[in-house]
Amino acid sequence: MSLKEDVRFMQGNEAIAEAAILAGVRFFAGYPITPATEIAEMMALRMPQVGGVFIQMEDEIASIAAVIGASMAGFKAMTATSGPGFTLMQENLGYATIVDIPCVIVDVQRGGPSTGLPTLPAQGDVMQARWGTHGDHPIVVLCPATVQEAFELTIEAFNISELIRNPVILLSDAVVGHVREKVTLPDPSRIRIVNRRVTNLPPEQYKPFAAGPDGVPDFAYRGKGYRYHVTSNVHDEEGFPATYNHKVANELIRRLHKKIEFYRKEITYYKTYRVEDSDVLIVAYGCTARSAKDAVNMLREGGIRAGLLQLQTLWPFPGEVVEGYAKRAKVVVVPEMNMGQLVGEVERCICRKAVRINRVDGKMISPWEIVDAIKEVFSHA
Amino acid sequence: MLDIKKYLRLSKLPHIWCPGCGNGSVVRALIMAVDKLGLSKDEIVLFTGIGCSARTNVIVDFNTIQTTHGRTLAFATGFKLMRPDMKVIVITGDGDGAAIGGNHLIHAARRNIDITTILINNSIYGMTGGQYSPLSPQGTYATTAPYGNIEPSFDICKLVEAAGATFIARSTVYHIQLTADLIAKAIAHKGFSFIEVVSQCPVGYGRRNRMRTPYEMLMWQKEHAVLVQQAQRYSLEEMKDKFLIGELFVNKEKREYTELYEELRRKLAEGGEG
Repeated sequence: MSLKEDVRFMQGNEAIAEAAILAGVRFFAGYPITPATEIAEMMALRMPQVGGVFIQMEDEIASIAAVIGASMAGFKAMTATSGPGFTLMQENLGYATIVDIPCVIVDVQRGGPSTGLPTLPAQGDVMQARWGTHGDHPIVVLCPATVQEAFELTIEAFNISELIRNPVILLSDAVVGHVREKVTLPDPSRIRIVNRRVTNLPPEQYKPFAAGPDGVPDFAYRGKGYRYHVTSNVHDEEGFPATYNHKVANELIRRLHKKIEFYRKEITYYKTYRVEDSDVLIVAYGCTARSAKDAVNMLREGGIRAGLLQLQTLWPFPGEVVEGYAKRAKVVVVPEMNMGQLVGEVERCICRKAVRINRVDGKMISPWEIVDAIKEVFSHA
Repeated sequence: MLDIKKYLRLSKLPHIWCPGCGNGSVVRALIMAVDKLGLSKDEIVLFTGIGCSARTNVIVDFNTIQTTHGRTLAFATGFKLMRPDMKVIVITGDGDGAAIGGNHLIHAARRNIDITTILINNSIYGMTGGQYSPLSPQGTYATTAPYGNIEPSFDICKLVEAAGATFIARSTVYHIQLTADLIAKAIAHKGFSFIEVVSQCPVGYGRRNRMRTPYEMLMWQKEHAVLVQQAQRYSLEEMKDKFLIGELFVNKEKREYTELYEELRRKLAEGGEG
């Protein structure tokens, strides 16, 4: 049997929709918002074709609520939005984390705050994706730089979400969402698909929030005798509120975080480019990584040994990875389309200052800007 | 004889409600309805949101899911679309359902999705200690209306009817048999069904509004509720401070949402245009 690769010319948003279907998504609820709307439009077309459901909800709060409801029924579910809609989703996102319900939320970033630059790219939701909902909660955030990566990371977003039973954010941006590029779709048989673990215990022995060493409880489908309770309050292993039981509260919140730590290696994605001998390490993500790659080549042509560490997993922040690659670099540079959000994490992990390149006017950071900023540093050295 | 214990999680009793609360009676009416219809506990999913009404599903032995404040119908919509074989019931309150959840109520009704919503209306936010809700009558007192509530309330049944629900009823905790009968009819109805149950909160509402005891509040319900079949006996003047109970509106023509979606998928599978 021969494997069939499919080469296509696709938009980032389109690639996300197609990848989600291959990953097994069968429910999409959303609300129109630029620059994410194409994902909803694709899903409206495709979901009923593959036996799934598309619904346009009354707002983003309802969209993520419906997604969580569908996932509670046992199906892979997702929504897609941009900054303002993502803000509205935050409370229910926290709900999903405390009740161990997997789902995927695509945030195609645009300029903020508020409606800000509604049609232009930005990377201002890095911290919102991490800390948008209140309270200590686990979260995974993946960030694609190309249409190919948008395709691949969407599948991984579902896989991670099902593996650890937690929401995963795919943090795209208006550049990656709208650019059209060549994409190689692998033969479907070669795509690794992860499904949530389902209990093999009988209903009378099943505890919906009891977990093994990885902190992830087993799922049980409804309608077959598993009549368990789910509450957003702190709950015991059987799912009932335990608001005044400090021991239970402590154990629950720590278990939720353990899921991330247990699988940290498996959920950490990054790429490197010409880092072997680099004196300058550029740490970049999303559309900015595209410019950073060009900047590496331009700097090397000018005699400066530069390299790129492209982070695809932003949260949990891959601190050890950054620390490792930054060790031999004299200068670490963090270009971002925000006032400096991930740079703080980078500096915390490398224990020194990084060079910041920030842009918040809706224009991409160009390779020349990165090159100039680095040359400036060297001219003072 | 109704074996009520069969439907309860006895280990979760006693419940957390104040003495004289109407919520327990509504739970009983729901169980009476489920028993009357002969439904299995496994096929029922009981969703709630936040507030005193949300605690109803801790004590009943159905599939029970408590969600965020006001968003219950949106969660239930996602669940019902993926599991149309299950009976999805939502219990909400006047704050949870008519204030923070008002938008989702309108749109669930508009879609006519096959979900039964029971709104327990005790005219107050009970869990947080007695603040006025959109269903608190004008002139009543609450902790956030210490000089009397100047906001007009509205008729939630009329709102849901205008939004497109296809079964609408109202009852009270005093009329508990009627409540049970209406819940049974609502569950059996294909489409979005809505029951407002006028209830009493002696602690959060009654004691600030000259009804100190649960008894006084139940008598108020008895004296102010008029069965819809008997409404013509009263003059408009007499009806002014009264409210209708019973089956208020039924539409059996409008198509149900999950059925329409299934039909769309079937047409696509057969190669049609959808």
